[in-house]
Amino acid sequence: MATSTLQALLDQAFPGGEVSVEDRTGGGDHFQVTVTSESFNGLSLIEQHRLVNAALAGPLADGTIHELRIRTKGTA
Amino acid sequence: MSTLQDQIKQVIETEPVAVFIKGTPEAPACGNSMRAMQALWQAGAPIVAVDILPDPRIRQELTSLTEWPTIPQVFVKGELIGGADITEELNASGELRAKIDEALGEHTQFVRTVELTLE
Repeated sequence: MATSTLQALLDQAFPGGEVSVEDRTGGGDHFQVTVTSESFNGLSLIEQHRLVNAALAGPLADGTIHELRIRTKGTA
Repeated sequence: MSTLQDQIKQVIETEPVAVFIKGTPEAPACGNSMRAMQALWQAGAPIVAVDILPDPRIRQELTSLTEWPTIPQVFVKGELIGGADITEELNASGELRAKIDEALGEHTQFVRTVELTLE
């Protein structure tokens, strides 16, 4: 899977946020995603990661993401 | 024999620190499982690890309980704290050790594995 597909899903889920997606191994299945969004303000880390997981539920469920690393930041 | 889901719940609810990983503590089969184990160890946790690889139903049942899609999954006192990234982040900030010390009081450190019984 291309990083642009994940980028599009995250851009859609976090409008106005800052999203970067890195293919860690070049194999199209190990990704590092970094999201900065006001949606995270006031949320615990696990709640923040749940939002990212929800945005990527499709590719997580069908196995196209083999490994996902997440970093989230609020804007507050 | 209790169902797989009951066994998983039992581990989560009765073990102070439980982690579901791919592989064993000695030979983690995935980088994220290794990262979570290392962070827990550095935070002084008594670790009870469950390998999810022996049967795909373990992961299915776990994920249906937690609605958390990835492995590893780390629990402190029955509460899901997250996967490898959150565990590392909380360890780096010192919050993981504080959380564990607060939840467990004085405690020893060990690594133990639990095998689930599959029907």
